[in-house]
Amino acid sequence: MGPFYQEEIETASREQILAWQNERLVKQVRNVYDNVEYYRRKMDEKGVKPEDIQSVEDLYKLPFLTKDDLRDAYPYGLMARPLSDCVRIQSTSGTTGRRVVAFYTQHDVDLWEECCARAITAVGGTKEDVCQVCYGYGLFTGGPGLNGGSHKVGCLTLPMSSGNTDRQIQFMIDLQATILCCTPSYAAYLGESIIERGLRDQIRLKAGIFGAEAWTEEMRHDIEQKLGIKAYDIYGLTEISGPGVAFECSAQNGMHINEDHFIAEVIDPATGEVLPEGSKGELVFTSITKEAFPLLRYRTKDICILSREKCSCGRTHVKMTKPLGRSDDMLIVKGVNVFPSQIETVLLQKGLTSNYQIIVDRVNHSDTIEVKVEITPELFSDDMSTLSAREKEIVDALKSMLGIYAKVSIVEPKSIIRSEGKAVRVIDRRNLYKG
Amino acid sequence: MTIQQLSVFAENRFGTTLSVTEALGKAGIDIRALNVADSEGFGILRMIVDDTEKAKNVLDQEQCITSVAEVLGVYIPDSPGGLSEVLRILADHQVNIEYLYAFIVKSDVNACVVLRVRDNEEVEQILTEAGIKLVSREDIQGL
Ligand SMILES: [Zn+2]
Repeated sequence: MGPFYQEEIETASREQILAWQNERLVKQVRNVYDNVEYYRRKMDEKGVKPEDIQSVEDLYKLPFLTKDDLRDAYPYGLMARPLSDCVRIQSTSGTTGRRVVAFYTQHDVDLWEECCARAITAVGGTKEDVCQVCYGYGLFTGGPGLNGGSHKVGCLTLPMSSGNTDRQIQFMIDLQATILCCTPSYAAYLGESIIERGLRDQIRLKAGIFGAEAWTEEMRHDIEQKLGIKAYDIYGLTEISGPGVAFECSAQNGMHINEDHFIAEVIDPATGEVLPEGSKGELVFTSITKEAFPLLRYRTKDICILSREKCSCGRTHVKMTKPLGRSDDMLIVKGVNVFPSQIETVLLQKGLTSNYQIIVDRVNHSDTIEVKVEITPELFSDDMSTLSAREKEIVDALKSMLGIYAKVSIVEPKSIIRSEGKAVRVIDRRNLYKG
Repeated sequence: MTIQQLSVFAENRFGTTLSVTEALGKAGIDIRALNVADSEGFGILRMIVDDTEKAKNVLDQEQCITSVAEVLGVYIPDSPGGLSEVLRILADHQVNIEYLYAFIVKSDVNACVVLRVRDNEEVEQILTEAGIKLVSREDIQGL
């Protein structure tokens, strides 16, 4: 059993958790109705009044929020507190309209960091540990979230941020890091680099917390073997707070959702209907304790299954499976959200055919993205340097749209395979969602 | 006096070269010169043919991406160092050559080169004044 960061909360009875949720939900709905005009209008349109929500059972009556709402209300439209009460923003990558900007009061930062502290404690972290955080720091939630959690636990925190593998390994050895936080693909890469340099017997890692991208059980075993650690998953999204919305425990078979802060539902993505426990569907979150940016019934587009089966770790909070897929066409490449429509926009702006194909793969544990574009008479030139320059223009435009490098391959007309007349837009060779 | 060069986009340069030469052969078009430029990802096939318009039509029907450019055909003086002589003249006039490749016109024993430059007229004048002979369309078409 355990260890726990906040034992009474993490092992509370179902009745107690439900009582917290009921009380906090009623308050939050009233708060949002009174302070967030955008959501009040949505509730009014649906004919729902705050007094209609008396408990979690009434949650289904509330309207959903989606990424489209975030875009419509950008940047301040979903805030429940004035800016003067806020102390932080975090943001996802991507261009306006796709970029999520979330606001935090000090209370919101604290609860988020507490969630991360629960995750670190669950993998055995204590004040004796040295926690190396190599998620990016900055607007991305990965670095700041785990950094704050590590402080709360009392670990010696190494705020490494991402990249510079040689320095990462040097600090890991010199400061005897015991817990590693990064993306699973970077963990695998670090493991490989450590073995290549013959330094495997000099590292003291015991556990790793790896999130921000999907990974398979095979990858878990690979990382565990390479680094000689236990590898744990963590889940979160900027809209709801960041990493730590849910985290894996010693059972390593699903992530406990911090239900004292977030109510989880699984819905049918087509109808919006709430599905019974154990059904596969789209995960929806309601923030019941956040002050600045309290989203109600936010559709994550992540497909998963919830389970309240008793867990060997002693925690009573509901568990979610790893995301089993997406209910939209979003791809996560190198931890960055990529929508095929963004790529299409760039190609059309460059006057290119809308016939393109996106190929995502994972080579040496690192995501790659390639965009195949069929050549057009306008793009073609008999001069190689002109053609290469046009190719590079597309690469640069994609880079500024997506925030990551995408390889561009100019291919012959009609060479992109169509199935029943429709081009196959995305080929994801990573097979991340097989189980 | 320029000649026409037909260019074709070739993702897979050998596969495309084969299908292009086959299609042109079937249509009775004679390829007088062929040059393949390639980068890491794709290639450009450049050709001098006896009937550029017809060749372009054939390839357009094969759904190739083609373009036609006016280029200079230059007879190389029949002496050792003949090509250097031409290049020296161009260098002296600070002409920037985008690319060049050699070919042979059947009616003449001399080698020729295709020159791709920015300003055909200017280069034509430079070469003519230096006594260098240029290939005409008739030279390409006729036998
Ligand atoms: Zn557990």
